[in-house]
Amino acid sequence: MSSIAPPALIHGRRLPNAWDAAAIVVVLAILIGIANVAQGTLAPLASVQATAIHLNPAYLPGYALRTTLRMFAALLASLIFTFTVATLAAKSRRAAIIVIPMLDILQSVPILGFLSFTVLFFLHLFPGQELGAELAAVFAIFTSQAWNMAFSFYQSLTTEPADLDEACRSFGLSPWQRFWRLDVPFAVPGLVWNTMLSMSGGWFFVVAAEAITVGNTTFTLPGIGSYVAVALRKSDLLAVFYAVIAMLVVILLYDQLLFRPLVAWSGKFRFETVQTAAGTEPWVLKLLRRTFLFRQIGGWIGDQFAVIGRMRMGRAERTFRTVGPSGPSSRFGDAIFYVLVAAGAATALWRIILFCAAHLHWSDLLTCIELAFFTLLRVIAALAISCLIWVPIGVWVGLRPKATKLVQPVAQFLAAFPANLLFPVMVAGIVAFKLAPNIWLTPLMVLGTQWYILFNVVAGASALPGDLKEAAANFGLRGILWWRRLVIPGILPYFVTGALTATGAAWNASIVAEVASWGKVTLVANGLGAYIAEATAAGATSKIVLGVAVMSAFVLSFNRLIWRPLYAYASRRTNLG
Amino acid sequence: MDQQVNTTMLLEVNHCGQAYPKDSNNELIVLDDVNVSLRSGEIVGLLGRSGSGKSTLLRIIAGLLRPTRGEVLWQGKPVRGPVRGVSMVFQSFALFPWLSVQENVELGLEAQGVPRAVRESRAEDAIDLIGLGGYESAYPKELSGGMRQRVGLARALVTHPDLLLMDEPFSALDVLTAETLRTDLIDLWSERKLPVQSILMVTHNIEEAVLMCDRILVFSSDPGRVAHEMTVPFAHPRNRLAPDFRQMVDDIYAVMTRRKTPAELRTQPAQAATGFATPLHPIGTNLMSGLLETLAADPYQGKADLPALAAALQYEADELLPLGETLQLLRFADLEEGDIKLTEQGKNFVHADTDARKKLFAESLRAHVPLVAAIRQVIDERWNHRASAVRFRDELEDRMSPERAEETLRTVIAWGLPLKFMR
Repeated sequence: MSSIAPPALIHGRRLPNAWDAAAIVVVLAILIGIANVAQGTLAPLASVQATAIHLNPAYLPGYALRTTLRMFAALLASLIFTFTVATLAAKSRRAAIIVIPMLDILQSVPILGFLSFTVLFFLHLFPGQELGAELAAVFAIFTSQAWNMAFSFYQSLTTEPADLDEACRSFGLSPWQRFWRLDVPFAVPGLVWNTMLSMSGGWFFVVAAEAITVGNTTFTLPGIGSYVAVALRKSDLLAVFYAVIAMLVVILLYDQLLFRPLVAWSGKFRFETVQTAAGTEPWVLKLLRRTFLFRQIGGWIGDQFAVIGRMRMGRAERTFRTVGPSGPSSRFGDAIFYVLVAAGAATALWRIILFCAAHLHWSDLLTCIELAFFTLLRVIAALAISCLIWVPIGVWVGLRPKATKLVQPVAQFLAAFPANLLFPVMVAGIVAFKLAPNIWLTPLMVLGTQWYILFNVVAGASALPGDLKEAAANFGLRGILWWRRLVIPGILPYFVTGALTATGAAWNASIVAEVASWGKVTLVANGLGAYIAEATAAGATSKIVLGVAVMSAFVLSFNRLIWRPLYAYASRRTNLG
Repeated sequence: MDQQVNTTMLLEVNHCGQAYPKDSNNELIVLDDVNVSLRSGEIVGLLGRSGSGKSTLLRIIAGLLRPTRGEVLWQGKPVRGPVRGVSMVFQSFALFPWLSVQENVELGLEAQGVPRAVRESRAEDAIDLIGLGGYESAYPKELSGGMRQRVGLARALVTHPDLLLMDEPFSALDVLTAETLRTDLIDLWSERKLPVQSILMVTHNIEEAVLMCDRILVFSSDPGRVAHEMTVPFAHPRNRLAPDFRQMVDDIYAVMTRRKTPAELRTQPAQAATGFATPLHPIGTNLMSGLLETLAADPYQGKADLPALAAALQYEADELLPLGETLQLLRFADLEEGDIKLTEQGKNFVHADTDARKKLFAESLRAHVPLVAAIRQVIDERWNHRASAVRFRDELEDRMSPERAEETLRTVIAWGLPLKFMR
C-alpha cells in the first residue's frame, strides 16, 4: 500500500514563522477582497433564473454526467495550476518564499465556507449566464484539490535525486525536455496519490457547490448535488435514495476506469532500483495493455505525448551551478523583493484592519472562538469514537492479507463517496426520533472521513514486518503489551496520516453538518460550522470571513501543534534502520 | 603502448580551487590549487580517499560546478557550463527508472535534437558495442548492477564524446562484475572501438587505477590537492600479479599514507590547527578492536604491510585507510610509508579486559578527540546533562560540508555512548 504522507505532514517547519504570518494575512485579505466584490453584486443577480431540477430518476444519468464533467474540468485546472505554480516555486527561490507558505495556509482554509462568495464572484463575471455558475462550481472543486497537488509536486521537485539532475544537465536537456523526462515522471506516484485524495474531497464539494443559497436567492446547476437539495426540500426520501445509487455508480466507474489503473500505472515511476512484486493488474489496465486495438491506440497517443516531451523548447542550461551564497546583484534583488513582499503584507494587513473595524466587534471574535471550541470538542469526540471503532478493525484486517485485499478497495471507495448525500437519511432519522441535534449531528462530520483512518490503519498493519510479528509471537507478547510494543508503534505514522486527513475534512464538513434541514424542519447544532452556514444564509459577509479565519486558525494550529510533531516523532522512532 | 604520435591537448585545469564559503574569513577548502592537463589517447585516473575532492574536481571539469578559483580550458576555451563533447558515467548509474534501456541511451541525442531514425540507429550501435544487445526494451530495475552500468556507459558513449568522465564507475558493483566490466572496457579501448579520445576516471581503488590508467594523479585530503603524479608504463592487458604491478600498488599505498612534512603543514590554512572540527570517519568500536587484535596476533606481530593486510582482510584501500587513520588519531596505531604499526597504547588495549578497554578508549577519546572534550564540557555544564545536537552540528558545518558534519557528529555520538556509564 502507498505510504505517501500528505504534504501537510512532511513540510519541515513546525512553528509558524514570519512568512507564515505574511501568508495568513495575504490569504485573509484575498478572501475579504472576493467577499467585497461578491457583496456588491448581490442585488442584480436575483434575475438569474434558477434551473428547474426534476426529481424523476430518468434525469439522474444526465445530472450525474454533468457533475462528473465538472469534476474533471476542475482536475484539469488543478493540474495546470500544479505544473505551473509548483514549478515556479521550485525553480525560483523568491517565488518559493511566497508560494509555499500560501499553499500551506490555503490547505487548511475551509473553502466550503467561502462557496457562496466564489459563486457570486463568478456569476458577476458572467452576468445572467449559466457559465458563471458552472465556473464557480468548478472553482470550488479546484480550491479543494489544487493546493495539496501543487504541494506534492513541489515536494517531488525539490527532492529529485542529485545524480539524475546532474545527468540532465550534463547531457544538456532543455528545461522543457527535463520537465517531461525527469520532473513529471519523478513526481507521478506522489501526484497520483494526492490527486486521488483530492478527488475524494472534490466529490463532497461538487455536491455542495451545485445548490447555493445566498440571502433569498438559490442558484442551482443541474447535477446530483442540486437533485439532492431539491429532494431535501420536498422531503423525498426515495429521490435521495436514487441519488445515492447514482453517485455510487459514478464513483464505482471513476474508481475502476480511472484511478485503479492510474495508481497501478504510476508504479512504473516509483523511484526504486529493485523490482518489487507487482500487484494484480487492474482489469482496465489489462484491457489497455493486452488488447491489440487498445494497445495500438494507446501506443500512438503515448508517442504523440513523447514527441511533445522531446521538443527542445527553451535552451539548455549551459551554465555552472555555484555553491554558497549568491553575488551582490542578487542580494540587491533580494532587498527589493523583500521590501515588496513586506509592503504587500502591510497593505493586506491594513485592508483587514479596515474591514474588521467597519464590520466587526471584539465580541464577534469571542463568540467565534467559543463556538470553535464547541466544534473542536465535537471533532475530537467524533474522531475518538471512530478511532476506537476502526483502529482495532483496521489492525485485524491488516494482519490478514485476504481480508486486506477485500477491505482496502472498499474503504478507499467509501472515502471518495460524498457523505453529504447521506446526510438527509441521518437527518430524517434524527427528526423522526426527536434526538438532540447537538449530539446527533456530530457523527455527520466524520461520516465521510472515518474511512481515511480505516484504510491507513489497514495499510500500516499490513506493512508490519513479518519477522517482528514472529518475534512478538515467539516471546509471547500478548494483550496490551502486544499493542504497546508492536502494533501501535508500527502503525503510528500511517494512523497520523489518516487522522490528519480525517480531522481536516471533518472541520470542513462541520459547515454543512452542523446545520441540517429536512423539509420544513431545520436542525442546528451549536458550533462554528453552524455559525458560518447561518452567516452564509443571511449573506453576512463579515461574519463569514471571521468564521472562516477562526476555523483556519484552529485547523492550522491543530496540524502544527499535534499532527506534525506526532508524525515527525513516529517516523523517526519507528523507522527501521 | 599504442600511443598516437600526434596527441592534442584536450583539457587544462589551471589553479582550480573549491571552497565552502561558510563565512568568508573562515572558509573550508575542499580543493586547493589543482593543475591537470589531459591529452587525447590517454586514460587518466584521479585516485584518492573519500573527501579528497576528486569527485568535486570531476564535476568542475564536467561544467556542473563552478570552481571558486582558477579555470578549466576545454580545447582551449574556458568552460562555463556543461560542455558538449564531454559525457559522464555516474557511480550510482543515474538511470531514469521510467525509461527503457533504449530511451535512456537516446537521452543525450534527444537533447541535441538528433532526428528519430538517426537516434535509434546510433543508440543500437552503442547498445551492441557495450554488450547490451537484446535488452533494448528492458527497464533499469529489471537489470543487474553490472548491466545497469553498461547502460550508463552506452548512454555516455552514444553522443561520441571527446572525453569520457567516469565517477567511481565500478564501486557500486560486486568484485567479479566490476572486473568483467573493467576488462571489457579496456579491451574496447585497446581495440580503438570506443568513440572517445580520452578517459578521465575517479577512483579510490588503487589496483583499479594501476590496472586501467596510463597516468595516475594521487590526491591528498584536507584540503584536496594533487600530491603525486605517476605514469603507468605497462601495456594492456595488465597482469595484477606481475611483480612490477605489485610494486606500483605498494608505492601508491606509501604515497597515500605518507605523513605530511612540516613544510606542507605550514602552507596549509589555519583550519587544520583548530582540531575541534577534525572530520571523523564513521567507524565502529568493534571494528577498531578487531583490527587491533588482528595486528597484535600472528602473522603480523604488531606491524603489517597495508596492501597485504587489505588483501588478507578483503578490504579495499578506501575502507582500510580510514580505519588506520582513526587508530592513529586515537594513538593506538601508527601509519607510515604503507605500513601500520601498533603503539604501546594499542598493545595495552589488546591485552586488557572489556572494562579496562572501555576505560582506555574513553581516556584516548578525551585526550585526542577535541570534539569529544568540547561536547563533554558543554554537557557537564548543563543542569540536566543535555545539549542540543544541532548546536554542535552548526558549529561543525562552519568548517566542513553538511554531510561530513552530520557523519562526524554521528560518529562521535556512537563512540561516546559507552562513556556515559563511566563518568
